[in-house]
Amino acid sequence: MSFEEIKGPAALQWKAMQQSENIRILIGMGTCGRAAGAEDILGVLNQELAQQNIQADILPVGCIGLCYAEPLIEVIKPGMPSVFYGNLTPEIIPEIIRDYFINGNPRSELALGIRGEGILDSIPNLFDLPVLKPQVRISLRNCGNIDPESIDHYIANGGYEGLAKALRMEPQEVIDEIKKSGLRGRGGAGFPTGVKWQFCHDAPGNIKYVICNADEGDPGAFMDRALLEGDPHAVIEGILIGAYAIGATEGYIYIRAEYPLAIQRLRIAIRQLEEYGLIGDDIMGSGFEFHIKIKEGAGAFVCGEETALMASIEGKRGMPRSRPPFPAQSGLWGKPTTINNVETWSNVSAIFPKGAEWYASYGTEKSKGTKNFSLAGKIVRTGLIEVPMGISLREIVYDIGGGIPEGKRLKAVQTGGPSGGFIPESLIDLPVDYESLAQAGSIMGSGGMVVIDDDTCMVDITKFFLNFTQAESCGKCIPCRWGTKQMLDILEDITNGKGRSGDIELLQELAESVKDGSLCGLGQTAPNPVLTSIRYFRDEYKAHIEEKRCPALVCNALISYYIDPEKCQGCMICLRSCPAGAIKGGKRVVHVIDQDKCTNCGTCLNICPPRFAAVVKTSGEMPAIPAEPVPVGFVSETHGGQQ
Amino acid sequence: MASLSGAQDSKVILQEQQEITEERLNEILPSYQGKEEELIPILQQIQQVFGYLPESAMKKIAKFLKLPESTVFGVGTFYAQFKLIPTGRNIIRVCRGTACHVRGSAQILAEIEKQLGISANETTTDLEYSLETIACFGSCALAPVMVINNKVHGRMTATKAGEILNKGAQ
Repeated sequence: MSFEEIKGPAALQWKAMQQSENIRILIGMGTCGRAAGAEDILGVLNQELAQQNIQADILPVGCIGLCYAEPLIEVIKPGMPSVFYGNLTPEIIPEIIRDYFINGNPRSELALGIRGEGILDSIPNLFDLPVLKPQVRISLRNCGNIDPESIDHYIANGGYEGLAKALRMEPQEVIDEIKKSGLRGRGGAGFPTGVKWQFCHDAPGNIKYVICNADEGDPGAFMDRALLEGDPHAVIEGILIGAYAIGATEGYIYIRAEYPLAIQRLRIAIRQLEEYGLIGDDIMGSGFEFHIKIKEGAGAFVCGEETALMASIEGKRGMPRSRPPFPAQSGLWGKPTTINNVETWSNVSAIFPKGAEWYASYGTEKSKGTKNFSLAGKIVRTGLIEVPMGISLREIVYDIGGGIPEGKRLKAVQTGGPSGGFIPESLIDLPVDYESLAQAGSIMGSGGMVVIDDDTCMVDITKFFLNFTQAESCGKCIPCRWGTKQMLDILEDITNGKGRSGDIELLQELAESVKDGSLCGLGQTAPNPVLTSIRYFRDEYKAHIEEKRCPALVCNALISYYIDPEKCQGCMICLRSCPAGAIKGGKRVVHVIDQDKCTNCGTCLNICPPRFAAVVKTSGEMPAIPAEPVPVGFVSETHGGQQ
Repeated sequence: MASLSGAQDSKVILQEQQEITEERLNEILPSYQGKEEELIPILQQIQQVFGYLPESAMKKIAKFLKLPESTVFGVGTFYAQFKLIPTGRNIIRVCRGTACHVRGSAQILAEIEKQLGISANETTTDLEYSLETIACFGSCALAPVMVINNKVHGRMTATKAGEILNKGAQ
């Protein structure tokens, strides 16, 4: 089948869908959507539509990135701009169907925004909202717009045109185009993609491999999952172009088993490609032969490192080896191998139809194009975003992300997962590109961004990361195996109130040794959270060590609870629910917490009626309060009602 | 409820499982070619069928792939996905990723531990529930997240988690 023969019917199918007289409903059915309850919404939708006898086409789509508003639907009535409704509940669906579907009232107070030509009441255009306006969707171009399980949808939207164009070029011309685009690896390190391909292309040998690294292991990162769930063909098309350029006939997608939906969508995509002959022995009649396999990871973070990943594909323990030789010379089974990350591949497929100049027009001098980030943590609008390189952190956190919830203050942004670091609030105007983030002590990383507010203890969260890297260290090299353990032990001591003077300096020394001495990226970057938290939040370490105080009131060993004698009304609620039996008092008698018995579980704080709010969490010195229960009102009288 | 070790009823279940291991392996292995690269996929399938990697199965796989038993065991213990002891019929996984951590996943874990009477990475004696922690599910935008038998529950609180668990147990 020629590509033209595939394209024609796909375009017709897409057009027929656009011109249908039926109402069309796009529903976000990625993992995020499902976790937020999209399946229930879909059930109610189907039921209501049947009951009201309304003909409608429901299209499950991937993530459009507005995860904070999930579950989310887009309603397209013929001849009207489409309307997005978010934060849906099963109860609201019948109302939308009655008011908008039947009676034509779009319920603007419920709508997030519209898309397409025309205006509808006073509903703003979705793409003019602060959350979407700064975004440029290249890698995520189809996510949320097409059915990810339909190759025809992808093709009707320009899919596989890039491959067709590449196959008309010489492999060297393909590599030159990528070099010209300035694309750099999106997995974190930022190595120029074209240069990587050139090494592999030039390496001697008939058998070469391409690998797609979909082992997105950084906690706090979900860009690749969302992309694979929302537009798997964009990634596979990139892999095909890369394979043609370097001369590979076989490829692997190494994907973590924690992403079952992404795996399922990839399997469907590959089956469709085989049916269309776009994967096979003679692709598009060019003589290019290519086959691809999916390898499921088995839960080892270190397998995101390329040499460990290849060992894992070979069926071995996922342990890295020293480089050189680099995979481009000697990779999978000793053959030249190109390994790129999911997002890199989807950028490749975007670059080809439109050209390198177009791509390079986005971004900064050294960091071209766009970057996907997952925004999570203490931020109003969590989600998946794609922004031009060089955008400031401020724009990401405040414009796109909507700032910090509950009126709290931004403390830091954690980028790059356990390999990255903390960027403090004072550097909020930092441009987001490879060099600037590295200068600040962090890394671009794969794109996880976890926003941290005042309620987070920097020592505790550093310990959290070290706990992770220590557990995930494969144990092959000593600096990583023991260095991470020693750093973790010191952090444990500090958070347990056993920190000693000199610990900060010792941590720094250890961190530098682990960084210099480790075999692979895991160990070389594991100290970054330690180094950046000390660099920007040394005072917090000092408070823990010198004053045995946790300023964020997080570290359990350093906090205590007391009952404010002026506020306590002696209601007995906390006294009865204390699991440790640590609260003394009685009816209309001010309660007192026995500090020796208290386990710091926080039950009393949570259960004290908000109108009293008498339980106080504190760290450091305790205020002077009566040691034994006294009648309610007694303290106010003796202290003249002081606050 | 106490944890798995030393429980009488779980021993019985274990024995029963061992008897069917042999039979099932004879069905599974012929679909593979016997290459080393198939080791992880085979172990994954075994784990899916049995819920863990029985020792007798690992020995048989070693023979099938012509690999030392130590290599098979080495791979089986390297990856977090593989379990060497039986898991419960229901698997509850609490995400302990960064985003979930800053949004209070520790309290959710504590609540479930309290309700089930087991700690993380343990199984109830009746083999009904296994409780696991996972580094990250990639559903960070809906943090904190827990997953019960592959159904993802987002925007959890300790109270909500307890309610979902109660509903499932009835």
